[in-house]
Amino acid sequence: MLYDIFIDPFVQMYQMPDFFLQVLWEGFVAGILYALIALGFVLIFKASGVFNFAQGIMVVFAGLTLVGLYENGVPAFVALALTIVVMGILAYGIERVVMRPLVNQPDIILLMATIGLTYFLIGFGEFIFGGEPKRMIAEELWLPTGSTAIEMGERGLIILQHIDIAAAVIAIIMVTALGIFFNKTRIGRALRAVADDHQAALSVGISLNQIWAIVWFAAGLVALATGIMWGARSDVSFALEIVAFKALPVLILGGFTSIPGAIIGGLIIGFGEKIGELYWGGLVGGGIESWLAYIIALIFLLFRPQGLFGEKIIERV
Amino acid sequence: MNAIVTNNDMTATAPVTEREVLLKVDNVSLSFGGVKAITDISLDIQKGEIRAIIGPNGAGKTSMLNVINGFYHPQEGTITWRGEVRRKMKPYEAATQGIARTFQNVALFKGMTTLDNIMSGRSLKMNKNFFWQMLWRGPAEQEEIEHRRKVEDIIDFLEIQAIRKTPVGRLPYGLQKRVELGRALAMEPELLLLDEPMAGMNLEEKEDMSRFILDVNQEFGTTIALIEHDMGVVMDLSDRVVVLDYGKKIADGPPEEVQASQAVIDAYLGVSH
Amino acid sequence: MFYREAGQFKTSYKADQALFPILQDKVGMAVILAVAFVLIPLTANDFFLTSIMIPFLVFSLAAIGLNVLTGYCGQLSLGTGAFMGVGAYAAYKLTTIFPDVNVVFLVLASGIFSALVGAIFGLPSLRIKGLYLAVTTLAAQFFLEWCFIRIPWLYNYNASGAIEVPTREMFGVIVSGAEATPIARYFVVLSVVVFIAFLVANVLRGRIGRSWMMIRDMDIAAELMGIRPLQTKLMAFAVSSYICGVAGAMMVFFWLNAAEPSSYSINLSFQILFMVILGGLGSLGGAFMGAAFIWILPVFLKFIPGTIGLEVGAETVQHLTFMIVGALIIFFLIVEPHGFARLWQIAKQKLRVWPFPY
Repeated sequence: MLYDIFIDPFVQMYQMPDFFLQVLWEGFVAGILYALIALGFVLIFKASGVFNFAQGIMVVFAGLTLVGLYENGVPAFVALALTIVVMGILAYGIERVVMRPLVNQPDIILLMATIGLTYFLIGFGEFIFGGEPKRMIAEELWLPTGSTAIEMGERGLIILQHIDIAAAVIAIIMVTALGIFFNKTRIGRALRAVADDHQAALSVGISLNQIWAIVWFAAGLVALATGIMWGARSDVSFALEIVAFKALPVLILGGFTSIPGAIIGGLIIGFGEKIGELYWGGLVGGGIESWLAYIIALIFLLFRPQGLFGEKIIERV
Repeated sequence: MNAIVTNNDMTATAPVTEREVLLKVDNVSLSFGGVKAITDISLDIQKGEIRAIIGPNGAGKTSMLNVINGFYHPQEGTITWRGEVRRKMKPYEAATQGIARTFQNVALFKGMTTLDNIMSGRSLKMNKNFFWQMLWRGPAEQEEIEHRRKVEDIIDFLEIQAIRKTPVGRLPYGLQKRVELGRALAMEPELLLLDEPMAGMNLEEKEDMSRFILDVNQEFGTTIALIEHDMGVVMDLSDRVVVLDYGKKIADGPPEEVQASQAVIDAYLGVSH
Repeated sequence: MFYREAGQFKTSYKADQALFPILQDKVGMAVILAVAFVLIPLTANDFFLTSIMIPFLVFSLAAIGLNVLTGYCGQLSLGTGAFMGVGAYAAYKLTTIFPDVNVVFLVLASGIFSALVGAIFGLPSLRIKGLYLAVTTLAAQFFLEWCFIRIPWLYNYNASGAIEVPTREMFGVIVSGAEATPIARYFVVLSVVVFIAFLVANVLRGRIGRSWMMIRDMDIAAELMGIRPLQTKLMAFAVSSYICGVAGAMMVFFWLNAAEPSSYSINLSFQILFMVILGGLGSLGGAFMGAAFIWILPVFLKFIPGTIGLEVGAETVQHLTFMIVGALIIFFLIVEPHGFARLWQIAKQKLRVWPFPY
């Protein structure tokens, strides 16, 4: 038993390095996608202190809109542009109808409001596009498909999906762009001010409404990118929503307000999950992917309650 | 020992040296990361006195109170409570030993009524277990009534009968401070720590509060340590004053002595270091 | 006008501390109980009992359970569904092992298991607060759900992977299993819910309830007043999980007859959380109102298109229900973030001062 837990997995890793590297790659890709979802959460949390539960469903909604428009005869890139417009309208609508009347309410109320929003978007999305899974229009958007096999001499080969490479590149570009936007621009500074204190930000003349609409739109764009990437790997369906819960442990690891934290947290969870499942999962009957991420986060929290990049909290009275 | 001193009389401030020392702080230092909040401070609190801790903003006064009731653990130095040295104590243990306090920014339980807030101060004195609580009829109800009586005495004492059933979140600031005092009193503490009990009050409210503090000290014999910025109040109320500045102790003694100290004048008026 | 306390003087603290100090409230409660115990059984048909009243009561109990933890002790939990599942599976195992013991007793005992599990998952709450704690309860949710699937012993190695409730009698009446009549189930569920709600109300108005609220409102001040944070929070976790566990066991024993792991999924956790927040955090009455809203509204919505002569597919109705519930949640949060319980209080206050505005 102890052998199975502590020695055998490592022996396997050494003996079959191609398989191990393949697992690492899978973990990396899963991690990138988790990180993208987490990024959407971080954006909104940074700017409004709202934990946006609806981020997961926004991913599905964006993907569905894109595919739905294409299926109705709109050319792929026009559909993409229209989807961006739809996400903009959605962001404005959410700001107008949900967020604005709830300024300064306790966090849990705002969290609940986004859960309500989740329900609404599920119903709305299914009502318009139907509940069945759809195929993502990856090729039509000039995203690379197919795969490359890298041979490792005697040791076998690793298969890299092109779409995964594209996902990684796009994620890196988005994170860099957002990082610059947050830290170097006037709106970025305003965003951080709003996150710190709604009323104080208002009193120095920052328009809350404008800022919130912008962040929700940015989060919408991130959701769209995530939806395309995730959809290209599997299908666009409401099952994706459950994946969004994985963003929570990612955020715990990375801290709720740190963009690099989201990426690193995503990667830790991605790697940990795949390696755990494939090398240790079999011991307890498999399927541990469903909860391993949370347990990792939980153990981590016990040692560092403020997250990897969070500041140490000094309690004052 | 324990002679009743007429504290409110300006002339009767001669130090009574033979009183029992209730709490002694020796060479305590506290820092957060690189920031030194308290540097090598020693002071004592004698049974039955009113002890004031004053100093400019950021002098480490509140940190000092937090150290005394175990909320912060100092890196260096010892705290002796009734002759026993204690180390690394949890805040709730301080409460069991008879230390109560109020807070600089009112820390009432906002969702509860005045009555419940003050009743919450009796928590430590109540001990009927979960099963009696579920039944209610019988011991649990008896206990509740018994403590309710004590709480009603405090409510009478502080003259807040009318707001008994009002949720404290709706009360004006001055009354909230009074309820907070009541909650601390309900614990029947040996030592009562008051963190700026009169901050943000008008003259009349300050007078009321001063009267309550004196009454508590004299009627119940409670030892009081208080932080206050209003010098007039401090000088009138306290038996002894300790002055902190930048985390260091710069003066300690009876009010007039402290008032005359050059270091204190410099700290308050500002002097080039 | 009708609701006025003028002239009702209390001469003892005992009278002042009663559950319903005002006469009108006492009468109101008596009327509600009379309706629940007499009028509904006499008049209701089977559909009303099985599809509306029994689930409503079960969900109310679960909402009370979560309310203890989230509403009174301030610890957010997303693992309610799993804790209910623990109760259900424990009751199922218990009745398999002790087939002759009274099933209601076993259902009540099964809560102890979920209390233990809840307390274990509550341990991190000493160090972790708020949303972070929500993640640890999510860990509980997904881990326990996985256990329900992967440990065949829990469902007696049934090929279907589901638990099926055996027929059990009580005082010669069949109360559980497929042959039990709705009316018998209804009485059992109603009695258990009223009984537990009464005990919880007692705990909440005493020292322990106060210590929970102290932790909720200002944990630092509570600790400085002698409340042990870990003990207090763990007790809230245990009590809350106990109630949820009993609700979960009743859900399968007296309502569904059979349950699979997906019955106790994260969606159930959210449903209960909705009930608590819409009903009003920190209000027992609110738990009932929230449960009524979240459970009965969708049932009701299903019948609207039919009654006004519209031909709408079942799928569409479901989508619309989702949309409407989502929109209503947002609407009520905007109108009154403190839930139905607060609306009810405001209404009572208005009645009290009528005909004047205040």
